[in-house]
Amino acid sequence: MAHEHKLEIFRGLLKFKSNVTKIWGVFAFLCLVTAVEVVLGIVKPEALTHSHILAMKTLNWIFIILTLVKAYYITWDFMHMRDETKGMRRSVVWTAVFLICYLILILLIEGDYIFDVYKVGHVKFNF
Amino acid sequence: MEATLAKTGTEEKTWGGGNRPLNASYGKMMMWFFIVSDALTFSGFLAAYGFSRFKFIETWPIADEVFTHVPFLHGQEHPMIYVAFMTFVLIMSSVTMVLAVDAGHHLNKAKVTLYMFLTIIGGLIFVGSQAWEWATFIKGDYGAVQTKGGNIIQFVNAEGHRVALRDFVVAAPTEREQLERKDGFWFQKEGSLPTYTLNDVISGFDAHPDMLIRTQTLNEHGHKTVLSRGESLQMLKNNGKHVVEGANLHENEYGSPLFADFFFFITGFHGFHVLTGVIINIIIFFNVILGTYEKRGSYEIVEKVGLYWHFVDLVWVFVFTFFYLV
Repeated sequence: MAHEHKLEIFRGLLKFKSNVTKIWGVFAFLCLVTAVEVVLGIVKPEALTHSHILAMKTLNWIFIILTLVKAYYITWDFMHMRDETKGMRRSVVWTAVFLICYLILILLIEGDYIFDVYKVGHVKFNF
Repeated sequence: MEATLAKTGTEEKTWGGGNRPLNASYGKMMMWFFIVSDALTFSGFLAAYGFSRFKFIETWPIADEVFTHVPFLHGQEHPMIYVAFMTFVLIMSSVTMVLAVDAGHHLNKAKVTLYMFLTIIGGLIFVGSQAWEWATFIKGDYGAVQTKGGNIIQFVNAEGHRVALRDFVVAAPTEREQLERKDGFWFQKEGSLPTYTLNDVISGFDAHPDMLIRTQTLNEHGHKTVLSRGESLQMLKNNGKHVVEGANLHENEYGSPLFADFFFFITGFHGFHVLTGVIINIIIFFNVILGTYEKRGSYEIVEKVGLYWHFVDLVWVFVFTFFYLV
């Protein structure tokens, strides 16, 4: 079996000399992203918790986007998705992403609807 | 391997069977099938968590107030620190796993052994941390009172800081005993009784005129609403039902019982994955030592179990975000 690794990350911006140095590079990057998340989670800057983008706090958008960034590098570099064929990559990623987005959309809309029913309905819950 | 396969003589043709468009071995392919379906299972859980949270969006517990404990630092509040450590441990064990895979590609038995060992240690530290996190959550911290409507009310002082029941309630002598199987009919029993009764809490609250009650409802700043002294007394005396200490599947001193249910279910399912991952890693580790893969001339099995291990890490990244950050 051939074990050819693609050694550049950030769209070719950073190219590593060997697979091992690439692993450590990705590890450093993941730690950095986690550290940013933790610091933001402790500080919770007012500017980010009081502004909203598409009905969600800006801070929460930042957390979710950083999570997806981490997920990308774990899948692409640790799980070697970068080295798989295009067909393999797409059949795994597109399937999962489509189904998960659909599920989240449906369930969150439904949850929000039930929240409204509880809020304006005749049954009292605050006792 | 080649010798056992029947040849049709048409392997070069597109549909002849010799074509491998995905260029992945059978085992790796099946591992990806499993990972995709398992990812959908976890998404189902996390989406259900999102559903319940949206349903009770105005009363959901604030994670930073729930997970504040760090081992050996008693009575101090450090939200995020311990879970950040757990995340770091899991990412680190992912790194040693991928290094083991890389050493496997070079057929370097000594290095595979070392890295597999480190991965197992990382996994064990993570599972242990999770067990500690569970124990702390189950034991609880401040205690609270559940109302007739099933809501949780908590106690704060004039500055708005939480006050634990043990700091203002004195347990009065009580006749009430825990019902055990030996006392009534054989099928009758109950869980352990709370340390204090509701009446103890009410008299303790009366004796401390600066204390107030905090409800589950979040105000526009994202903090829990604190009632005035008059409202607090009324709320406790009219609506209070029983004392809650810690969390289980029925009640939860931090707020909605659903929060505890999802916490136990999702982190439990994830912890179970880590545990099975550790067990599989141990099996592979011994096989590496015995030289099984050395003889086989391929360490591909390390790659397959590595895929599973990274997947567990991947799931944790999402659990971390949706349980502790958002």
